[in-house]
This record gives sequence, structure tokens and C-alpha cells, in this order.
Amino acid sequence: METMETIITIKPVVAVLIASFASLLIMATPKKPNLRETWSVLGAVATFLTVLSMTPLILAGKALEYTPFVILPGISLKFRVDALGLLFGTIASFLWILVTFYNIGYMRSLKEHAQTRYYFCFAVAIVGAVGVAFSGNLFTLYFFYEVITIFTYPLVAHHQDEEAYEGARKYMVYLTGTAKSFFLPAIVMTYILAGTLDFAPSGILEGIFPATANPLLVKITYVLYLAGFAKAAMMPFHNWLPSAMVAPTPVSALLHAVAVVKAGVFCTSRVMLSVFGVKLLNDLNLGIPTAYVASFTILTASIIALTKDDLKARLAYSTVSQLSYVILGVALLTPSGVTGGLIHIANHAFSKITLFMCAGSIYVALHTKKISEMGGIAKQMPFTIAAFSIAALSMIGVPLVCGFVTKWYLAIGVIQAHKNIFILVLLASTILNTGYFFPVILKTIFGKPREGDPGAHHHGIHEAPAFMVIPLFLTAIASILMGLYPDYFMNIVKSVDPSYLLNTLKAVFTS
Amino acid sequence: MDFLIPNQLNYPILSVLIFAPLAGAAVLFLIRNETVARIWTLLVSLAVFALSLPLYFNFDPSTPKYQFGEHSSWIPAFHINYTLGIDGISLLLVLLSTLLFPICVLGSWKYISKRVKEFHFCLLLMESACVGIFSSLDFVLFYIFWEAMLIPMYLLIAVWGGPEKVYASIKFFIYTMAGSVFLLVAMIALYLKTGTFCIPELMTKAYPFAFQFWVFLAFGIAFAIKVPMAPFHTWLPAAHVEAPTAGSVLLASILLKMGTYGFVRFCLPITPNASIYFAPYMLIISIISIVYGGYVALGQSDMKKLIAYSSVAHMGFVTLGTFFFNKNGLEGAILQMINHGITTGALFLCVGIVYERSHSRLIKDNSGIAKIMPIYIGFFGFFCLSSMAFPGTNSFVGELLVLLGAFADYKLIGALSIPGVVLAAAYMLHLLQRIAWGGKASSHFSDLELREIIYLAPLAVFVLWIGFSPGPFLDVMHVSVNHLLEQLHTAGAVALVK
Repeated sequence: METMETIITIKPVVAVLIASFASLLIMATPKKPNLRETWSVLGAVATFLTVLSMTPLILAGKALEYTPFVILPGISLKFRVDALGLLFGTIASFLWILVTFYNIGYMRSLKEHAQTRYYFCFAVAIVGAVGVAFSGNLFTLYFFYEVITIFTYPLVAHHQDEEAYEGARKYMVYLTGTAKSFFLPAIVMTYILAGTLDFAPSGILEGIFPATANPLLVKITYVLYLAGFAKAAMMPFHNWLPSAMVAPTPVSALLHAVAVVKAGVFCTSRVMLSVFGVKLLNDLNLGIPTAYVASFTILTASIIALTKDDLKARLAYSTVSQLSYVILGVALLTPSGVTGGLIHIANHAFSKITLFMCAGSIYVALHTKKISEMGGIAKQMPFTIAAFSIAALSMIGVPLVCGFVTKWYLAIGVIQAHKNIFILVLLASTILNTGYFFPVILKTIFGKPREGDPGAHHHGIHEAPAFMVIPLFLTAIASILMGLYPDYFMNIVKSVDPSYLLNTLKAVFTS
Repeated sequence: MDFLIPNQLNYPILSVLIFAPLAGAAVLFLIRNETVARIWTLLVSLAVFALSLPLYFNFDPSTPKYQFGEHSSWIPAFHINYTLGIDGISLLLVLLSTLLFPICVLGSWKYISKRVKEFHFCLLLMESACVGIFSSLDFVLFYIFWEAMLIPMYLLIAVWGGPEKVYASIKFFIYTMAGSVFLLVAMIALYLKTGTFCIPELMTKAYPFAFQFWVFLAFGIAFAIKVPMAPFHTWLPAAHVEAPTAGSVLLASILLKMGTYGFVRFCLPITPNASIYFAPYMLIISIISIVYGGYVALGQSDMKKLIAYSSVAHMGFVTLGTFFFNKNGLEGAILQMINHGITTGALFLCVGIVYERSHSRLIKDNSGIAKIMPIYIGFFGFFCLSSMAFPGTNSFVGELLVLLGAFADYKLIGALSIPGVVLAAAYMLHLLQRIAWGGKASSHFSDLELREIIYLAPLAVFVLWIGFSPGPFLDVMHVSVNHLLEQLHTAGAVALVK
């Protein structure tokens, strides 16, 4: 395929700079909470609009690029927006707007301490997420990946008690440890083998490794990458995610359901598609083993989720499981598989953020995280529980809600790959999803409050503030809209490599 | 003298850089007021820094020859000359030295309250020796500066040091003197063999392997003590902990570089065959230093000790890069010398800042200060990130180059150094976490004053500058490094063991 038309423009940098600037303004106005939150909102909206303004060009098959700094030959700080990056950039910047409102409701309701630090780190984490999305090479990707890790640490440890420190320490050890132990050597190996760290300029079939590269070293490099992106929470590097649930719920919602973990799966997909390329992964037979590891994660994490009574812990394991759908889809290396995996980045983002925001809104109203103590709260909190149910149905993959779109494409992708065992994985995981989501829905709607529960006397319990309920309701509605009308994100996904991904019905690689 | 390009400027710039601080030090005798002495030293060191800048702007990066050369006969009977000149390897080290002295004066403004004049006298003496070391091309001249450096450093620790200063200063002195003796032996051996003390001439001669073997060993011990490489490192934590802030900064940023500079300047070109022979051992010792230094740093409760052990690890990366004998490795090593000078210097300054407030270097006495000192934590966190080689900072570029050198030719060694990289993140973030949040800070902390911001800011600028755009720093060394590697490989003649 011919090289995509590349436009040199500073726009990708602008998106990152706006968010950075917003974070500085937040830090500069600690004494004026209303002004400070205004910066968050304005920063989020402006970042999203910048991302939005790039969309038509990307859909027209162009890529936007800007290189502010060259570090060494073949290594630079390079921003590049293509369809894959746009997908993640749109999601991260759009959801930042909603979560900012939710943050205001949550943090003020609970009268949390150190709010300036909180909003500042939140904004920088988004800088990192948008930066990861718009990275044009592995160095830039690594830079923003580490920015996310460092600046989400204060968010995870926000409560500054023993439990928070313990969770945050694990978070740091897993994320920085794997990035330094595996990701960094993988980058070094890539540079030595390929002579550049830039992503392949066109399509997803061809990677950047020359045909002469030693296959064994390429394979080792691939494994190093997979292990290096612990943010993708693939087993055995998933344990940080449940521990990170000590963070305030909005952090869990945006960061540990969307920005951080999606940065992980995004990086994995990016490396698989733009560094190695579908052809090379096929030739070296790396796709299917990856799909097995992802399947193992999907099933095991779902089973663990069944056992959790803490709502956030259950959602955390659900996240671990759902993230591996993305990797499973991409690893199938078939047009529909890749489509299904990538579209799940969007679908999972909207539905899972809804679920976490609901968990936070229940916590603000009830001060409990335990599912067993949530009996019958649907009467008092109808909007929250409605939104929760919609999002849960989406995660299960019921038609008309967006999770279905994912499973549809994944199933076709499996058939294209002629590896029907993965159909069983999809089926089993759907049953497991139902198994851990339905009890929550049933409990909150039909359950009775138990005597002795903290929230036993449901008098005076009412919906969380509108600041919280409106965002979570909007994301729930978005989950439905994306199920009925998946075109917006689907068009972006197809633009990743139209000549390949539009071939959905034809199996390109048959074994 | 074809290795030397005579100085083209209308004044002998290197001699000026060496003698201006000495003249400034002499004037200190005439000053009675302590504040005036401080201001005078600051002005002298700033002037020296300003005077050193033409070195960079007039440097010709297209030649491996020594530039700004000065040559005059000194003791003809022993063929000892006064020869000065710098190439792409020493240029940045000279500039680093001149940059750090004004910063040290500012950093000692409140810290030093007794014998103020003498303190600044020592600083200026040291500045003169530092520039001398990195620009001498005559072995005897080099040796004189090398030894001259020890005396003011000894005094800094022994007079202005902490409670254990006697122990620390004597340990420092004994270790480094022991190293110097080996250097002296090597120098005399080379002189007897060749009849010259001229370093560039010594590089062009071919020596039998057995001779190289012993000369390398003598050099190696002298320099390994300075670097310091495990197991010769034990003087370093003691000296760092007891030294005043400026002493720690100079010790870490410049004195340690004398060792690694020695390896690059003497061992590689003069004893190429022995360097190749000893390379595997040097690599292994470097790895041990990296991992051991990092591991021990993890367990420290004293901020200065932690940073001292981190220096052992970071300097391990420098020796590691040096002994790969490839371009990326060697350039990474040289850049890492500069990076370590900037970052570790800044970290010691940061420790000095909290010490001035709490009079303790212990982490537990300085923890939980993020709320009271947000600007300080901003700087400290920034330099911690630089020290753990966060991408976008100077150390990342240096470390990346060393790793590129490693994985290109010695994948196993590269893989073995990775635990050191991980440990760096662990001990630095652990330190930062405890200092920022670890407990409840007492009330005598106050945030940075303007003077402190002024001396930390330039270092922060260099961290980002080298981190994002290392071109201006690497470009000056390309030709010299290539020339050195050519010298090594042709003289070595033996194919490198891959």
C-alpha cells in the first residue's frame, strides 16, 4: 500500500499543550476552587475540540504529523495523528469532559483533601493519555506512558493512608517495573534491529523491521513488549489494577477503566500493528499464542470477578477481562478480529466508565462499596441503577448496546482465523459476564435492605448530586447509541487501514 | 605538535581559566568582610564561566585534534612541558566545571558560616585544578592538577564537614592518595619507556602487551578508586555524607569524572590491547557497581548516603559504556558523565536545602514536606525523575546510548544492566515519596527562596535541554570519539570478541 498522505501541522501538539496548560492553570489557582474547576472544564472541552477538528482529515485518509525535537538519528519526539491514535484520543478527551463534572460532584460531596493536587494530576494524566494516542514513535509513546504512570501515583495514593500507600506502591512497582524491565529493552532492541523508532507510515500490514532481521530476536522483542505494557493488565501483570481501586472512584472511572488501561491496550495494539505489522506477526506465528494468553486472562479474570463482593473490585476484574478482548481481537490478525478489538477500545470505555461512575455515585449516597449492602437501592437511585444496568448489558454483549458490536466482529474474526476454539472463549466469557453483573442488577432492584447494613435505613438516601448523575447517564445513553449506530467510531477504526479492514467478509489469511 | 591546534583567540583562554580563579583566590586575602568575600567569589566564578563559553562557540567539531592549544617548555631536562588543549571529550567537562562553581557559591551562602574566606579560597583553588585536569596534555601537569585537587577537597570535608568529618576526610585522603601512587607509577613507567610526558604522543606509540597489561592495571586501580567502582567505593558514601553541600556537589559532579575521564583519556588510547583484554572484567565490575549501588541505595535512611550510592550505580553506566568500544556506548558514557554531574549535583543541592532547615539529612526528619514546600518538591521531584532516567530528561539519553551500545554487541551484558535501571526507579521514587508525603513535617520548613531557585533553575534547564535536544552536546564529541575508537581498533588490531 502506498504511503498515506502526511500533513505537517502543529495541531497534534496543540491538543497536548492545551491539556498541559490547563494543568498549570489548575496548579496556579489553588485558593479559588470555582476558577480551578473552570480550568479543568475549559481544558477538557478545548482539548476535545482540537481532537475533533482533526477528524475529517483523518477520515479522508490523511495523517497529521509534527516533530518538535530530534533526539538522536531515528529517535525524536514526534507527534502523529492517524486513525488509530484518533480513536483513543477522541475517547480520552471526550470522557475527560464528563468526568470533570463528575469529579466536581464527587470531590465536593465527600469534601476530599488536596483537591488542587488531585485536579492537577488528573489533567496531567490526560496529557499523558492524549500524548500516547498521538505518539508518532516508540520514544514518544514511552515518554507519555511514563508520564501517565508517575502522575497517576498521587491519585492512587490520594487518601494517604496505609491502604492507599500499599496500593500505590504495588501500582508503581508493576507499572514502572515492567516498563523499565521489558518495554525499555524492547525499544533498544527495536532500534538496533530496525534503525528507527518511528511507526510504520502506512497501514497495518507492514511493520518497520527489515526482512533481514533475526527472527529469534524479533520474537524476543515482541515478548518484551507484551510484558512491558503492564497497563494492559494481561495476566500475570494484572494485579496492580485491583490494588489501584483504593483511589477515589472518579480516578478508577476515567483512569483505571479508560485512560491508563486503554493506554496499555492501545500501546499493545499500536506495537502489534504499526511496529511489527500483521504480515510479520503472521509469518512468525506470534498472533495465536498471544490470543491464547489473552483468552486465559479473559476467563480467569471473569471467574475472579464472580467472587468479589466489593463492587469496585468486581469492576476491576471485569476490566482486566475486558481489556484482553482488545488484545484477543488484534491478535487474531484477521480484518474483523482487528476491527472488533479496536472498536472495543471505544465500547468498553463508554460502558465501563458508566459502571464505575455508578459505583462512585452509590458510594457517595450510601457510603458502601459492598454489593451485599446494596439491596433495593434502585428505588432511591433509579437513574444510577438504570445507567448501571444499561452498561452491564453492554459489557455482557446484548444486542442494541455497544458491547454487542464488539462480540459480533470478534466472532467473525475468529471464523476468519479458522481458530474456532476462541468462539468458546467468547461464549464462556459472556456467560461469566452475565454471572457477575446480573446479581448486582437483581440485588439493587429486587433485593431488600438487610438489617445492620450501613445503608440499612434507606431513609434519606437519594441520588447523588446532578453533577455526578448527568455524566453517568450521558455515557449510558452513549453506550446505547454506539450499539444502535456504531458508525462514528467504526469509521475511524476502518480508516486505520481501509484497504485491509474493509475486507471483513473475505478471509485474507487462511491457514 | 601536529596533534595540537594553537589557540586562535586573542588571549590564552585555557590559561586564563586556570589562573583567573587563582588570582581571585589571592585577592580574597585582602577582603575582610564575609559577605564581600562571598560576592567576590561569586563574581570570579561567574566571570570564569562567562570566559569559558567561547570554548564552546569557537570549538571546531570537525577535527579530532586538541584545540585552543598552548605549548611552552617548562622543565626541559625532563621533557616536561606546559601543554594545554581540549578536544570533544574534555570540552563539556571543562564547561560543566565552570558552570558548577557559581552554583556552589550560591548553594553555600547560608550553609557556611565559619571560616568563610578560607572556604571560598578552597573553592577557587579547586576550580583552577578542575579546569587544569581536563585541559592538560602533559602527564606531569595533569598529575599536579590531579593532586592539587585533593588538598582543597580534603579541607572542605575536614574543616566544614559534619560530625564524622575526621574519619571521612582521612578515608578520602588515603583512598585517593593510594590511587595517585599507582597513577604516578604508570606515568614513570611510560616516561622510561618513551622519554616523553606528552599525552597525545604517548597515544601514538605501540607498546608490548605485557607492558600494557601492567600499565593498565596501575591506571585502572587509580581511576577505579576515583569513579568509584565496587569494591573501591567505600570512601565515597563517608565523604559525601560528611562533606558540606558544595563539597558533595563538587565531589559527585567533578571529582568522580576524573576517574572515568582517565579511562577514556589514558587507558583506551595508550593501552588499547590491555583495554580490550580487560574489557570483559571491566564490564562485569561495572554491572556489579550498577546493581550493588542501586540495591544498597534502596536501603538507606540518610538522603546523602542514598544519593552517594546512586552515584556508584550511575557511574557504573559510564564505565559500562566506555568498555563497549562502540560509538553509542562511548558517547553515552561521556554524556552520562555530564548528566550525572548536573543531576546528582542538583540532588545534593536539594539535600543541602532541607538540611539548612532541619539540620538533619535523615529521610525521616525531612519527610512530608510537600505541603509546606511545594516549589522545592517540584524541583526535587524533577531531579529525581532525571536521576531515574525518565524519558525526556538528560539521563535517559545517556542511558539509552549506553544501552544501545550494550545491546548492539553484548546483549547479555545489556540484559544484566536492566535490574540497575529498575532499581534506579525504585530508590528514587521511594525517596521522593517519603520526602514529599512520608510523615508530618515540623514547622521550621519554609519554601525555596529566590537564591535557591536561581541556582537550581539552570541545572533544570540543562536536564530538559539534553533530554529533548542532545544534539548540541553530542555533535562536539562525534569526531573525537570516532578518532579514539579508530586509534583503539587499529592499534588493538585484535578483532573484538562479540
